[in-house]
Amino acid sequence: MIYSDIAIAAVGISIMIDLFLFKNSLLTRTAFWISYAIILPFQLFTNWWLTHLSSDGKAIVMYNPDVIIGLRIAGAPIEDLLFGFSLVLTVLGMWEFWGRRGFQRNK
Amino acid sequence: MLAFTVFGSFWLEVVLKTGVLRRWKRVILSIIPVSFFFLIWDAYAIHQGHWFFNHDRMLGIYGPFNIPLEEFLFFIIVPIAAILTIEGVTTVKPHLREKEFGKDEPQ
Repeated sequence: MIYSDIAIAAVGISIMIDLFLFKNSLLTRTAFWISYAIILPFQLFTNWWLTHLSSDGKAIVMYNPDVIIGLRIAGAPIEDLLFGFSLVLTVLGMWEFWGRRGFQRNK
Repeated sequence: MLAFTVFGSFWLEVVLKTGVLRRWKRVILSIIPVSFFFLIWDAYAIHQGHWFFNHDRMLGIYGPFNIPLEEFLFFIIVPIAAILTIEGVTTVKPHLREKEFGKDEPQ
């Protein structure tokens, strides 16, 4: 499996988990999409930071060109955005899962 | 990059009193099950050479499966930032929480 396969699978799995495991889906909630809209520009900025070439001709993180689709956004492979989306969706899903079960629900 | 993420999000805890870091047990239980799988992915990708790091710009500390310390920190700090973001959003716009997450009730 290459990065593209895993990234697409991760998005698929995280969506399934959100819809069918956590049920009370974040994907249908305004609060989630506002949060993601805030997170996304920060991710694009940090992606650029990690993947742009510096004076030594290298980035901090580099990718094997054979394992990515090749489309890059803000310096980083498009796969990184899929990875980030699935990470954010699943973590927030877990956070809400505990909240709904009443575990440290309130501030 | 990690410091930027900390500075970019942790002020929400203080300024908006999101109470996320105070609910650290719920934070830990939300992050571990998710980051565990993402670290497996990371280990696999490092092993397969999907991505690789510029060792001149790293701390040089490595954990199990050759995963750099920075990656472990990434999978702790980024999820906390995501949780702070959604809690920040629902603190500023409480109606999003009431409608979608249920009203905060004293325990």
